[in-house]
Amino acid sequence: MTTHILIRSLDRGATLFLIVIAAIAIGVPLLNLALPESSAFHVPTYLVSLFGKYACYALLALSIDLIWGFCGILSLGHGAFFALGGYAMGMYLMRQIGTRGVYADPILPDFMVFLNWKHLPVYWYGFQYFSYAALMVVLVPGALAFVFGWFAFRSRVTGVYLSIITQALTFALMLGFFRNNFGFGGNNGLTDFKDILGFNVQAETTRVVLFAISCLAIMLGFLLCRAIVTSKFGKVLIAIRDAESRTRFLGYRVESYKLVVFTLSACMAGIAGALYVPQVGIINPSEFAPGNSIEAVIWVAVGGRGTLTGAVIGAVLVNYAKTFFTSGALAPYWLFMLGTLFIAVTLLLPRGVVGTMRHWTALRRDRASAAAEDGVTEPLPAE
Amino acid sequence: MRLSRACLVALVLAFGLALGCAAAHAASLHDALAHFTTDDFSDTTAGINEVAASGDPRAEAIIRALQDGQLMFSAERKAVYIKDESGKLTDAATGQAIAGDAPDDLDNVRINNRLRGVLDAALGGLTLLASDPGSRYEAAQAVFKSREASALPTLEIAIAKEQDPRVKRALLEARAAVILFSTDAKDEDKLAAVEIVRQRGDQEALGLLSSLPAGTPAPVMKAATAAIAAINNRLVLWNAVQNAWYGVSLGSVLLLAAIGLAITFGVMGVINMAHGEMVMVGAYVTFVVQETIRTRDPALFDYSLAIAIPLSFLVAGCIGVLIERCIIRFLYGRPLETLLATWGLSLILQQAVRTTFGPNNREVGNPSWMSGAFDAGGITITYNRLWIICFALAVFVALLALLRFTRFGLEMRAVTQNRVMAASMGIRTSRVDALTFGLGSGIAGMAGVALSQIDNVSPNLGQGYIIDSFMVVVFGGVGNLWGTLVGSFVLGEANKFLEPYAGAVLGKIAILVLIILFIQKRPRGMFALKGRAVEA
Repeated sequence: MTTHILIRSLDRGATLFLIVIAAIAIGVPLLNLALPESSAFHVPTYLVSLFGKYACYALLALSIDLIWGFCGILSLGHGAFFALGGYAMGMYLMRQIGTRGVYADPILPDFMVFLNWKHLPVYWYGFQYFSYAALMVVLVPGALAFVFGWFAFRSRVTGVYLSIITQALTFALMLGFFRNNFGFGGNNGLTDFKDILGFNVQAETTRVVLFAISCLAIMLGFLLCRAIVTSKFGKVLIAIRDAESRTRFLGYRVESYKLVVFTLSACMAGIAGALYVPQVGIINPSEFAPGNSIEAVIWVAVGGRGTLTGAVIGAVLVNYAKTFFTSGALAPYWLFMLGTLFIAVTLLLPRGVVGTMRHWTALRRDRASAAAEDGVTEPLPAE
Repeated sequence: MRLSRACLVALVLAFGLALGCAAAHAASLHDALAHFTTDDFSDTTAGINEVAASGDPRAEAIIRALQDGQLMFSAERKAVYIKDESGKLTDAATGQAIAGDAPDDLDNVRINNRLRGVLDAALGGLTLLASDPGSRYEAAQAVFKSREASALPTLEIAIAKEQDPRVKRALLEARAAVILFSTDAKDEDKLAAVEIVRQRGDQEALGLLSSLPAGTPAPVMKAATAAIAAINNRLVLWNAVQNAWYGVSLGSVLLLAAIGLAITFGVMGVINMAHGEMVMVGAYVTFVVQETIRTRDPALFDYSLAIAIPLSFLVAGCIGVLIERCIIRFLYGRPLETLLATWGLSLILQQAVRTTFGPNNREVGNPSWMSGAFDAGGITITYNRLWIICFALAVFVALLALLRFTRFGLEMRAVTQNRVMAASMGIRTSRVDALTFGLGSGIAGMAGVALSQIDNVSPNLGQGYIIDSFMVVVFGGVGNLWGTLVGSFVLGEANKFLEPYAGAVLGKIAILVLIILFIQKRPRGMFALKGRAVEA
């Protein structure tokens, strides 16, 4: 069964992609730890952290591609699930600080002592256990997506209506988390973490391991997405993307399909957020900003919607560009570039980088052998 | 009936007392000043009160001099002088410089802390007699708060000669407050006073009635309790009215911001994420217009909005047409991509404004006819909010007329209902699209002019309203403009009524949840298009 699914989901491109990610997951840590700093091939730790951050973004992009590329659900609020996963992890990390905080309170995090709270809020219970926190990382975004999706899809909120509503969702959450009495550190969020599972989060080896885990998460997420989109379930998703009403009339319960894939995608985004927080060392409400979610969508668009590999590549490309430009003299122009990127990609490169490359290969193959390919080469733009 | 009789009683009492007091204090300023020459604190107190009650135009100068330690007396000559900073002596009673030598035994009229209180009250009392009704009103309010018993005689005089009904009411209220806190007033006086305070009916009155001194007789106490309940009811009512007013105000702003969004969405099926930036552009046009007026011809400042409104419509409208021609036209049939492209556009516009005008708030002023406020019953209405409501409704009516009575409106409605059919009937849909987009953006620009009057003009101006505007469109539907009107006012009211109970943030979240629940029932908003257009 498992092998069957694996064989089905792994075509040549997917296998190659997995191998490359695996090579990076092993290679970068090796280059960082095994080589002396003087070596030309040594990868400095800050770069490892940076790449780890990109890896988390890539996982978020994968989750967006799964629903947008294959089911036509454009969520402009996926950053909310990312941030919720991040907060769940942040709460675990806060509880781990213990007496090493500024106020040295064994139970209460610093900001609660500062706000003169006497007891730990109920929803913070259990977060001292990693397993519980890990469960929440998946459950909280998943539950929110389930409830939200259940209402939204059942009443057939589609297209731009859904996009706007998801954007409002993340906006409302942002406003909420900015408040001190929500119990999540308000403006400052959660930060000043000490260790994770007993390892110092600042330590070089921890960072390297986190990076490797993030890469592993991408590989697993990618495999999962591939398994879904190549299954019969995935075929129905694509049918929904391309002609929702027709699929419904054929007797499929469109809203159930959407709900399942939306919830799954939210769980993936939550995991991405959870891996993100220990690597950047902070989570605050600005992660909920609607702009972040839309930016994540553009990563997918740049890489190629409905390609999965493209989502990962797009996330890394755009974020590398962001790091590169915002740290130099060109910083004031970054937003111009990002804005232009949005317009250029939608106007000129609707298939994205990977999608366009696949399109070209397909064209060449068509020309080479007169017999037409009937594979799933490119997704049609859908509403 | 009871109320008016009580008023009458109070008035008659007031007049009677006032006449009596006026007679008693008709003593000349000269007699009053004689009290200062004895160098005795209790005599000085009497002197201050008599000076204050004399109604003499010199009274204020004398009291102030005493306060500043500039009042001198000579026991030998039985005369009082004012010594100014330069050391020059003037006769306190006449204000003339003294003739001849200064007396030898010149000494300060001494004051202590208790006297300072008396002085303050006397000064407050003196402003009760000021010629400007505004300052008389202020003084009456101050006495109402301080409940200074020594102000009573002056109050009586002031009430007797007051002509302005508003000031007169304030004076009567002040007198009532003093009576309620005095120990020697009669019970019926106190009851009448409670009645007057009750009619005032605001927070201050509530505070006064609930802090009556311990020795207050039982019937007065009972009346006060009843009055407190009555005032509380009244306050709750006015509070609701105030909230409703705020809601209407917010609704009008939302209407302005959302109406352009609704027509572009209705006609073209695309959501313009850069709509908020059009609002921002309009606000910055206002800023530029005002700056130009400031440097060129400040006299025109009151007309700045009249210039800014058409100009912002044109600027934002042209940008809108340009956006449609250059970007959106290529994305028809792909509404989600349009969302992304227009978001990118909004980033560019924001950053362009940020680099041109700087990231900070820019100063946009209210013209004189838009600043200030007036009281209507228990609420305060600011002119700028009022004008914005009028403006929003005017824009709404104009747009309605445009859609109903012009050829362009007809074409727009046709395209909204069925694009393909409209095209087959010879309507140039692409031209309608461009003009619609321009119109929507232009209205957003005018919304920016309105917003510049009540909000900070910064590059983030549009961001703050855009999500609420989206909610209006989702809630109201895009079938016709009435949906937007109802949607914005309902959301405005809901926001403002939830705010006091849940706080601004939770209120917003609650509204989001309510909207999600609402679209369970009506997925396409309140005023949805029906028929074929729905599944286009």
